Amino acid sequence: MIAIPAWNESGSVAKVVAEVQAAVPNATVIVVDDGSMDNTGARASEAGATTLTLPFNVGVGGAMRTAFLYAQRQGFDAVVQVDADGQHNPQEINSLLEGLSEADIVVGSRFHPGSTYKVRGPRRWAMDLLSWNLSRMAKTRISDTTSGFRSAGPRAISLFAVTYPAEYLGDTVGSLSIAIKDGLAITERPVTMFYRRIGRPSKSALWSTLYLGRALLALSVQRLKRNPHTSREVMA
Amino acid sequence: MSASVLAVITSVITLVFIIDLLRRGVLKEKYAVLWLSVAGIALVLSLFPSLLEWITATLGFEVPANLLFFGTIVVLVLVAVQLSYELSSHEAKIRRLAEEVALQQQEIKRLHDRFDRGQQ
Repeated sequence: MIAIPAWNESGSVAKVVAEVQAAVPNATVIVVDDGSMDNTGARASEAGATTLTLPFNVGVGGAMRTAFLYAQRQGFDAVVQVDADGQHNPQEINSLLEGLSEADIVVGSRFHPGSTYKVRGPRRWAMDLLSWNLSRMAKTRISDTTSGFRSAGPRAISLFAVTYPAEYLGDTVGSLSIAIKDGLAITERPVTMFYRRIGRPSKSALWSTLYLGRALLALSVQRLKRNPHTSREVMA
Repeated sequence: MSASVLAVITSVITLVFIIDLLRRGVLKEKYAVLWLSVAGIALVLSLFPSLLEWITATLGFEVPANLLFFGTIVVLVLVAVQLSYELSSHEAKIRRLAEEVALQQQEIKRLHDRFDRGQQ
């Protein structure tokens, strides 16, 4: 199953769905319309995706938990998360799926030899810090902790259907932290990013510094949290 | 004297107000208990100012007003924390409901489509 969380992505979602279907014809494509104000959900359905429509915006984390709940109830044994803005290469989905034979979560890493993906300044420090910290927790190298291009196997699906953080960075860093604490194995595969087709990434210095602060906060909160199976959020 | 009369009147009005909210079912018991205790303590202290002076001396505060301010701040902070806690828990529940709504809606659509195909 391919899960595409989408918020106001009517300009790119149909193309992404079509490309994903072409790349992995046997997969079920689910678009989680995260309370879009435009016709993202309609465009996704027209393109042939099954659309889950959230009544209001809950963030990528909430959208992904919806997708994992769906996957669990429908009995899917693998979920690949792909962004709706077209920055991920659908051709690399298979590589993320193959990685599931050796781990519960496979993260598509933008940092690898030969990668053209470059990040500088506070944002880079934040990413390095997160990577160092989570790698140490996982006892394996996770070079790109904030990648939204990743796959999850059966154990990760049943964990994430119950708890998937909705806070800022929770969908990436937070979910990895939860998975590590729950004893899931994580590995990574190199991926290449397409430049964003629609929408522009925020890159101002102030934003980057803020990002560093929030990343640190997100990580420390996640590290403080108890094992997800004993936390109260599960009961909610 | 007039100040303590004012204090008594204020605590009584607060008590009546909370009880009325409770009676009309606007305020839930778990919040009402707190405000009833606060109003109750205020009433007792305003009826018997000597009690406040005794507690002040026993706890080692210089002025009774300082004890009142201290107590008030502690209570208000606790209330604020409790409300944040309740808010977080509600956010988590609302989010869960939103997710469930999305899944149910898709299930209804699927059954609807299947029904429409069956009709033809």
